[in-house]
Amino acid sequence: MNHGALRPPVDDHRPVSPDGRPFEEQPRWRRDFPIDWEEDDYVSRRDLVKFVVLTSGAFVVGQAWIAFKSLFGRRDVPTARVAIAEVNEVPLGGSKTFEYPQGSTSRLLVRTGESAFVAYDQQCTHLQCPVVPRVAEGKLHCPCHNGWFDLQTGQPLSGPPRRSLPRVRLEVQQGTVYATGVEDSPS
Amino acid sequence: MTRRKRIAHSKRMTIVNGALVFSILVIVLQLWLLTATMNAFLGGDMTTAVPAALASLACLSVNLWLLRYLYRLD
Repeated sequence: MNHGALRPPVDDHRPVSPDGRPFEEQPRWRRDFPIDWEEDDYVSRRDLVKFVVLTSGAFVVGQAWIAFKSLFGRRDVPTARVAIAEVNEVPLGGSKTFEYPQGSTSRLLVRTGESAFVAYDQQCTHLQCPVVPRVAEGKLHCPCHNGWFDLQTGQPLSGPPRRSLPRVRLEVQQGTVYATGVEDSPS
Repeated sequence: MTRRKRIAHSKRMTIVNGALVFSILVIVLQLWLLTATMNAFLGGDMTTAVPAALASLACLSVNLWLLRYLYRLD
């Protein structure tokens, strides 16, 4: 039997429709594909299972790649102590962008008090837009999708972001602000 | 004989349909696993990657067993 072939409905080989009505009374889409329904179902569904299994294998390859990256991938966490600003350089309530380490994505230093500073990754954890400090409100704002973060902790408050901003550890000594490391955002 | 054969074929169809539905359910689970793991990985959480990979492998094993079972139906 020629499974799945589009053959004209010859009298002695007419396919039997599921509802038993004659060929002429079948809907147009069924007349356009005059295939032996039972055989067609049986073969095509089995083929579909094969494709599903193939896709299942592809998912496993993807998972294995993530597992490999998480086990052996190198994550550079800077720990060097680097001077990033003078205290007088940033006014109270003001901010300054910097790179830590050199060549990294932009980070944001915010002066929240006389000798109080906080620093975070400037990229929003939603879709990488730069966040803007709103010191008076004690928040960081992402204007792209109206995301808000807490200025003191970097945790998301509202909007699309679900992960905290990576925080830069700071030290203030003798009028200079130093970056001493980066804390990854907990997911 | 023909009637018996039809009944057998009908039963096979039921089994194939059941296997197909189950395979699709398993693959939806795998898709969810992959997206959740990728989300956790990009968020810096490395702890879920290996267990999720093992779970996905188990899903593949179930699918392969189903496929083998369908071949043995013939």
